[in-house]
Amino acid sequence: MGADERVSRSRWCWTASLLTMLAIRLSLPAALAEEGPPTPLSERTFSSGYKFVEMSGEELFSNVCQGCHMPGGTGATGAGSYPSLAGNRNLESSGYPIYVVVNGRRGMPPFGEMMTDDQIAAVVNYLRTHFGNSYEDRVTAKDVRAARR
Amino acid sequence: MLDNNEVVRRRDLLSLIGAMAGSAAMYHAMTSLGFASDSRYRGPVKLEGDPKGASVLILGAGLAGMTAALELRNAGYKVQVLEYNARAGGRNWTLRGGDSFTELGGLTQTCAFEQGLYINPGPWRIPYHHRALLDYCKRLGVALEPFIQLNHNAFLHASRAFDGVPQRIRAVRADFQGQVSELLAKATKQGALDEAVSRDDQEILLQALRSWGALDRNYRYSANLISAEYRGYAEAPGGGLSSAPLPSEPVALSDILKSRLWRYLQTFANYNFQTTMFQPVGGMDMIGKAFAKELGGDIRTNAKVTQIQQTDRGVRITYVDTAHPDIPRQVTADWCVCTIPLSILSQLPVDVSAPMKAAIDAVPYAAAVKIGLQFKRRFWEEDEAIYGGISYTDLPIRQIAYPNTGFNRSGRGVLLGAYLFDGANAYEFTAMPPEERIARAIEFGAAIHPQYKDEYENGVAVAWHRVPFVLGCSGDWSEEARAEHYKNLCQIDGRIVLAGEHASALPAWQEGAILSALDAVTRLHDRVVRT
Repeated sequence: MGADERVSRSRWCWTASLLTMLAIRLSLPAALAEEGPPTPLSERTFSSGYKFVEMSGEELFSNVCQGCHMPGGTGATGAGSYPSLAGNRNLESSGYPIYVVVNGRRGMPPFGEMMTDDQIAAVVNYLRTHFGNSYEDRVTAKDVRAARR
Repeated sequence: MLDNNEVVRRRDLLSLIGAMAGSAAMYHAMTSLGFASDSRYRGPVKLEGDPKGASVLILGAGLAGMTAALELRNAGYKVQVLEYNARAGGRNWTLRGGDSFTELGGLTQTCAFEQGLYINPGPWRIPYHHRALLDYCKRLGVALEPFIQLNHNAFLHASRAFDGVPQRIRAVRADFQGQVSELLAKATKQGALDEAVSRDDQEILLQALRSWGALDRNYRYSANLISAEYRGYAEAPGGGLSSAPLPSEPVALSDILKSRLWRYLQTFANYNFQTTMFQPVGGMDMIGKAFAKELGGDIRTNAKVTQIQQTDRGVRITYVDTAHPDIPRQVTADWCVCTIPLSILSQLPVDVSAPMKAAIDAVPYAAAVKIGLQFKRRFWEEDEAIYGGISYTDLPIRQIAYPNTGFNRSGRGVLLGAYLFDGANAYEFTAMPPEERIARAIEFGAAIHPQYKDEYENGVAVAWHRVPFVLGCSGDWSEEARAEHYKNLCQIDGRIVLAGEHASALPAWQEGAILSALDAVTRLHDRVVRT
């Protein structure tokens, strides 16, 4: 899939989501298997296009970041590793996580086109105040905007 | 027959060009005349000249690594392949009943499919123009069968249109094409195209629109037996007394436009998805297995590379056996072909030039999720007459793909219940535990196939960012990164050359991995025999 194709698709999806709704919010009962009582699925937000619709830092973390960085931000290791975010000194200087979320780093995808300034600020603030991190200086959407150059 | 003195036949022209200007010019001429334009593959690679016992370490036993190993070994090199997994194949992978898979984070799934049923979590289709991959399938004896990309009877589904009722691809296409043709015919007749199209051409254009759009003699697209031949019937033609077909009612253009179902139609015309497409009989991993059988003991599995060093005389690779991660082992060779995904290679200490290191660090890896679901019966065939192919939806599962094999059998079947590539939903599904991915796929899929709820038996869900041997689906080059770094990535850097889909212009395709490996070993061999 070429990058240009993806950009054009992202634009289309953004338009589409503006025209329709910003999120499909679903609360769904599940029938997982024929045996046993169905486990109810909790409410979960799904985005309708290329961009994320989750707004809070907590929801962005649990719907996006934890795919690689794992629940609790513990990281994981296979042939390569996803760094742990727990007690991570790289989060001390707020500019670093902002930069990494916007631009990606090595194999990590950039999220600058998939999240707004507010969303990136929210998730960075969440990371910096959870998982054993307690950096109280909050970042703002303005900080993110500046990091986009 | 036309006068031969006046008409230069195409073949004669080609011979003439070949004789006058050489084969390169002939190739360009062939391309412009419609031949030979569909692949960079030029047949089996010929590595001529004596490598004089040179040794090559190949890192990664995916298709790129195994292509390199096979060709270098055949050319007289001593080859050894190091592979992280317990199996060869890499992303060329099939999950069958009994297979276990542990994703990053430690959650293990054991596939419970019935014997003979499978899912390809990675690559699953082969375009006809992927000539290198097709040639290796032929040489390695891998049997192919059709992969059905376009099934006119599969569904297009918009969750907020047509009351959520899925529409047949056949009908959407006929109605869209028919009503666009009607509009264009109307514009033509009203003179709106007089400046752009000559009178004579307008006549032909009207004929074409009538044919292409299934219009009646008044250039109208409507419920009649002309449109029914394309969109389908309310009552299909039958036999005997009550055999007369009844036309079906087209969907209004406005409804198609607002539903945005039209956006899927062009997918089928995409060069990468044009018929004929193929899949290996029995699962995609038949290809990897055939390569591995050919290479035999040259592949060391369970070997996790931890460092890549080089001097001006050779390479030294440090690795650990995954069962004994505390004991580093080393192996040396004259050369190295490294096919380790950049998502992993970028984290390793690697002795390469600064430009190559920058290239290795410049490529993010895409998110992708595939979910296989087993059902008690092939209801998509029995109830809906969908034999193979793909339904598309705007729900987060995006696609439902039906098996292209075992048609018309009674008993169980496995379909692909979700295929997410890139975009927000692929991340959202990755972030869930496998069990929830499956449960969500059933919930969303039931909007298209209500039978899901009663017929579901078991499933397996692979999120590529959680796959331990690659940490992502494929190299997701941005245009800017490719312009700045791609050539540096593909250089022979001292004793090391990289290969894989990430070192190709066909990212995420197996063909890219093979073409990249063939290019790398050709250049490497050239350097070896010349020094």
